[in-house]
Amino acid sequence: MDLLAHLSLGFETALTPVNLLYCFVGVLLGTLVGVLPGIGPTATIAMLLPITFSFEPVTALIMLAGIYYGAQYGGSTTAILINLPGESSSAVTAIDGYQMARKGQAGPALATAALGSFFAGTVATFILVLAAPPLARAALSFGPPEYFSLIVLGLVASIALAHGSILKALAMIVLGLLLGMVGQDIYTGTPRFTFGFFELYSGINFVSVAVGIFGVAEILRNLETETTRDVMVKRVSNLWLTGEQFRRIAAPVLRGTALGSALGVLPGGGHVLSSFASYSIEKRVAKNPAEFGHGAIEGVAGPESANNAAAQTSFIPLLTLGIPAHPVMALMIGAFIIQGITPGPNVINDQPALFWGIIVSMWVGNLMLVLLNLPLIGLWVKLLTVPYRVLFPAIVIFASVGCYAIASNNFDVYGIALFGILGYVLVKLGCEPAPLLLGFVLGPLLEEHLRRAMILSRGDPTIFVTRPISAVLLALSVAALIVAVLPSVRRKRDEVFVEED
Amino acid sequence: MQHAGLKDILSGLIFLGIAAAFGYAASGYPLGTALRMGPGYFPLVLAGALAVLGLAIMAKGITAAAAEGEIGPVPWRGIAFIIGALVFFGATIKGIGLAPSVFGAGLLSALASRQNGPVAALTVAVALTVLCILVFHYGLGLSVPVVGPWLRF
Repeated sequence: MDLLAHLSLGFETALTPVNLLYCFVGVLLGTLVGVLPGIGPTATIAMLLPITFSFEPVTALIMLAGIYYGAQYGGSTTAILINLPGESSSAVTAIDGYQMARKGQAGPALATAALGSFFAGTVATFILVLAAPPLARAALSFGPPEYFSLIVLGLVASIALAHGSILKALAMIVLGLLLGMVGQDIYTGTPRFTFGFFELYSGINFVSVAVGIFGVAEILRNLETETTRDVMVKRVSNLWLTGEQFRRIAAPVLRGTALGSALGVLPGGGHVLSSFASYSIEKRVAKNPAEFGHGAIEGVAGPESANNAAAQTSFIPLLTLGIPAHPVMALMIGAFIIQGITPGPNVINDQPALFWGIIVSMWVGNLMLVLLNLPLIGLWVKLLTVPYRVLFPAIVIFASVGCYAIASNNFDVYGIALFGILGYVLVKLGCEPAPLLLGFVLGPLLEEHLRRAMILSRGDPTIFVTRPISAVLLALSVAALIVAVLPSVRRKRDEVFVEED
Repeated sequence: MQHAGLKDILSGLIFLGIAAAFGYAASGYPLGTALRMGPGYFPLVLAGALAVLGLAIMAKGITAAAAEGEIGPVPWRGIAFIIGALVFFGATIKGIGLAPSVFGAGLLSALASRQNGPVAALTVAVALTVLCILVFHYGLGLSVPVVGPWLRF
């Protein structure tokens, strides 16, 4: 049995003391940033990337992955207790979760979120185990034209699933691609857009870009209106469910898991979309829809399962194709590259221990989260009392030191400042930052595959439509773009995302 | 004050400006042919695409009938202090080392918030300096010296 051999290799890797420790550190940090508003997993992972530099590759990736799915858990805690979603994907949880808390049902709400997430995480990890090897095998036959079209599809699909203006999202992608062009040309060695600065020859540091547009820009947004948060530290008791409640959440958890697993693979904010979609489905199938918005336990169970399932399956395109589904995965690509591993279909064969170790660690991490979150809930609530005016200088400093540490290059620190301002201005003008980061990471890959494909076809651009897989991928991109601009879909999209703003 | 599409017009202008800068620089590199693309080829295509998108966004903003929402307050003080902190750190880390550089940058960034008085900002800066020395110097063995060459006698 191949599968069993793979899994046992995975467990062997994930259960070494060092990896267990860093998996724990990862989920702990993830929960922390999920609980603390104003700093998200993207900025955190960007900040901590340099720190993982000295780790073994598998240890580094286990920890970074832990931060990501840990943040999904942490975000739901604040959503339920203080109606402040730490993460965009838990915005839906706040609707009914907070109402439950107000009725003294905080315990069952938290337990539902934790158990639903754990179940969804387990199932989605298993889907990852089953789906990854065949996908990676298929991807091995991909040539430059297929990769080019795949990247185009990934970029286009990320807009279709985002909210806001499509034109602006497209412009952000192209801007990201252009920023990715800075540095030496891979074929000729010509330095491009470096203004003669030797520091820019290896390109703009992507940690600078990520920390700037996600970390600093967010801090500046928060400084616009400084308010002090009031936290009513309530004692949470009765962290378990009654038999009746178990019966009520079973179906929503299953539906949410299925929905999240499917949507998580899609580029863009799959985990955000899936929790919104799950909520509207639960509301539609519920016997008593009027209860939604007033503390329906189904409204917590479904979306929480969905966003956690999506968080796990969004690793599928990363691990099998080397294509990130959203900004956090783009940072994971960076982590692979820092460690000297090219993410893509070869990882599964060249680095089986790494590949299976990461997957198994996700399940282990999910288990840790349940054990960590339920008993320690009081501690997380206390953390909410840390004032933002103390928190944000720490973010700025850790980002600077970490970013500088990568290459002892002070240009990387100036980069944070530059992208912080650019990100702040663009976000203020209604542009989403996520497509820019995806474009930035994928830009060099896109150019490389385009140039290789053109050499392969002797300068004939029809190669992209005459190769069947490439043609299908491009057709899908066009379809995604058309669907995104259709008026009926636009309205629906605005509706789905309206509660997030 | 009429705000119709102001956000669109401004963001379109920004995209257009960036496109022009990249396009101008890219046209200085060898373009090559479609078969063997030179270093300037793809960036020039992208700059062209960005310019078209920028124009389209601007056009949308100019023709927009309804007001699209205020731009809102701008935290000038926050921007100045945080950017100042980052630039200070970048400029001094090589010279004066980790501890003084973190202290200075921490003080500046803490002052970005109106809610931090001088005492609070000093406390934050000292705490961050201690934390960074512990985490980065002792914990992670970062090669940046705690006190840099400019301050050694």
